[in-house]
Amino acid sequence: MTNPTVKRVAEPSAVRSFIQRIMRNQLTWSVVALIALIVLCTIFDRQFLSLSYNPRTGGLSGPMITMLQESARYLMIATGMTLVVSTSGIDLSVGSVMVVAGAISMQLLSTGTNVWLSILVALGLGLVLGAINGALVSLLGLQPFITTLIMMLAGRGLAKVITSGQNTDASTVAGGEPLKWIANGFVLGLPANFIIAVIIVALVGLLARKTAMGMMIESVGINKEASRMAGINPKKILFLVYVVSGLLAAVAGLFATASVMRVDVSKTGQDLEMYAILAVVIGGTSLLGGKFSLLGSALGAIIIAMIRKTIITLGIDSAATPAFFAVVVIIICVMQAPKIRNLSAEFKRKNAIKASQKAAIA
Amino acid sequence: MSENQPIVEMQGITIEFPGVKALDGVNLRLFPGEIHALMGENGAGKSTMIKALTGVYKINGGSISVDSKPQTFTGTADAQNAGIATVYQEVNLCTNLSIGENVMLGHELHGPLGINWKKTHAQAKRHLATLGLQHLDSHASLSSISIAMQQLVAIARAMVIDAKVLILDEPTSSLDANEVEHLFSIMRQVRDSGVAILFVSHFLDQIYEVTDRLTVLRNGTYIAEVMTKETPRDELISMMIGKSAGELSQIGAKKSSRTVESGEQPVASVEGLGKKGSIKPISVDIFKGQVLGLAGLLGSGRTEFGRLLFGADKADEGVYKLHGSDANIDTPASALRGKVAYSTENRRDEGIVGDLTVRENILLALQAIRGMFRPVPKKEADAIVDKYMKELNVRPADPNKLIRNLSGGNQQKVLLARWLATKPELLILDEPTRGIDIGAKAEIQQTVLELAEQGMSVVFISSELEEVVRLSDDIVVLKDRRKIAEILNDGTISPETIVQTIANSDVETTNSGKAA
Repeated sequence: MTNPTVKRVAEPSAVRSFIQRIMRNQLTWSVVALIALIVLCTIFDRQFLSLSYNPRTGGLSGPMITMLQESARYLMIATGMTLVVSTSGIDLSVGSVMVVAGAISMQLLSTGTNVWLSILVALGLGLVLGAINGALVSLLGLQPFITTLIMMLAGRGLAKVITSGQNTDASTVAGGEPLKWIANGFVLGLPANFIIAVIIVALVGLLARKTAMGMMIESVGINKEASRMAGINPKKILFLVYVVSGLLAAVAGLFATASVMRVDVSKTGQDLEMYAILAVVIGGTSLLGGKFSLLGSALGAIIIAMIRKTIITLGIDSAATPAFFAVVVIIICVMQAPKIRNLSAEFKRKNAIKASQKAAIA
Repeated sequence: MSENQPIVEMQGITIEFPGVKALDGVNLRLFPGEIHALMGENGAGKSTMIKALTGVYKINGGSISVDSKPQTFTGTADAQNAGIATVYQEVNLCTNLSIGENVMLGHELHGPLGINWKKTHAQAKRHLATLGLQHLDSHASLSSISIAMQQLVAIARAMVIDAKVLILDEPTSSLDANEVEHLFSIMRQVRDSGVAILFVSHFLDQIYEVTDRLTVLRNGTYIAEVMTKETPRDELISMMIGKSAGELSQIGAKKSSRTVESGEQPVASVEGLGKKGSIKPISVDIFKGQVLGLAGLLGSGRTEFGRLLFGADKADEGVYKLHGSDANIDTPASALRGKVAYSTENRRDEGIVGDLTVRENILLALQAIRGMFRPVPKKEADAIVDKYMKELNVRPADPNKLIRNLSGGNQQKVLLARWLATKPELLILDEPTRGIDIGAKAEIQQTVLELAEQGMSVVFISSELEEVVRLSDDIVVLKDRRKIAEILNDGTISPETIVQTIANSDVETTNSGKAA
């Protein structure tokens, strides 16, 4: 009676092992969480998945589209954060770099500077702030947490200096259209900023995996001294990831301010470093550094945008939104915990044994 | 020892991991007042057996009883409560805590206001004193004492729980001869107090010196339990590897000594290379195809010199020449570009990148030389990985396994592959055979000789003098951070010669000088 049961359990079919592999994959649970949120929203709002074509903007419109539009900025900072976290660092300054980039671009535009030059200066400034983080962490060996915490405070201060404390508005300035289009325009019916973000994520992904950059970042994150002994220059790698993070945060800052063509020096980019870290964690990159998954973080970023959309769709009181946010993120993290994943596998295995025993008795 | 009741009896222990049976019906009996050696090659199941006994792994079959009471360990706490204490291969203490805190961690003495540190340290001192370690300051940071002392502190910590069984997993792998003696005297003392000690070591001499009884494992199966005194060495070795001893002695074949032609240009030459507080200026020439042994006790500066040659530490004086022209070797990266590679003695912290695969670990240094944006083409990478994994016999033969899941010997082979992939002209091997089993050790020694025959220059650093003498053409002897002699290994040299040289080192003895 026991023999056949043991056999049946011990030899899972190819299909079953394929399913098991998928079940164990962290990405699967991110996708499940995303779908669950969409389903939840659709229950509350039957129109949630509806799309309509808007001939005036040349794009689709609907709740999902605005969600994707908002996700673009999270995609940017989550991608940079992933690389930093992989080196066992952290970049708390991404939100502040966003506001600096937003402030300088709006300020320049409103004082009549060419829009492309404004964009370039904003990106350049993000790169410089990232490079300062990188230099302090890699050359001086300062703690990433402290270094970027200081940059987080300094960045917001810098933004206020740039705009003299004003929330500079460039929406009425002529010549700002290209920037407006980046944030609000459409390509093939989809939001332009989302498309740009996806392309940038894909480029970073290609760079990481088709060159040796990804392996070296992971290597430094796992064992810095062993990496140095293998001839890698950990300082260069550390510097690089903070620069990339700063640059991508500047892109996110442009997305965030250009959608309204106005920078809010105290609100733009606020708390977004937390969103970026959450996206990275949801994506399965350990905060202890090491192996990273850009695809996972990208999914994480979209989930973050989706949670925010859910809050609006469900009409949750604004006072309760942080709590709701926290609860959803915790549920996702618990679902992904290896212990829980194994638990469900164990449960299924036991059920299978019970079922086959019943069958044997019958 | 008298035939008394075993304190620990493990019977028919079977442990399965997905796809493999790590242990298959293994027995082990530990008797009070005995030192018991668990013998076997890497992968024989020694570590798995220890982890079963310490509650790290759950057993799939068999039984464990302690003091004749059947036990089911569901965690390390259960095993500790049953009186089983462990000191692992790599010291598992907190270097940032004080010695006393480490000894008493989890067993601190409490007063009305939380931990009573005064009493806790006093208690720690008592525990240290029973092991003859009263000279240690329990308030000093653990990182301030040598690895060897840390190991002894780890034993003191294990004894805090009044252990009936003390497991020592390769405690000697990073100790020098004096420290080993100290450890052994402590082990004997602990044994005589009635504790059963389970001792794992790859050094046969030590096994014969200190143990009373042996259990031999091979490929996860139980081979035999014998008394150490009644078992000749060759018999033990053939039990462990399943080959006759005759086959093994083949490996010991010494290479034909290489003689240096006069006027020959050295591959690498250093003149007065030194670093303050680390090693006094040293001059050495290394020729093509030469194996240069570095002998000396722990702390003699042998590792420090290897690190200077590789640029792992920056020399602050001296001239470094490669093929006769000045080389600026101040980082590992610059050494690798100059075709100098160094395999560290500290495999865990400076060698492997644990969460990367075997494949990535092999390619790492080659990739670093090529630069981030010139990845090794996939075909070429596959060929390199395949070639070295086959040549060095890395097991399991799966390049996509994480290196941290490999045994010590196989990790060492992967690291060797990493350096060979960079095609070095000078290869510095620091303790390449430490903490690995006889089979892998012989393979690595054989590889060193083959590489030298193919024209690679090798600097061979080892605390095992016998190994240095057998493999080297020339031996540089170090003591107290300076070179005291360079000896041409003309066949008349034995480990004793080197010991003598170190002992009589007040006189500068140079029998062959630098280049002939």
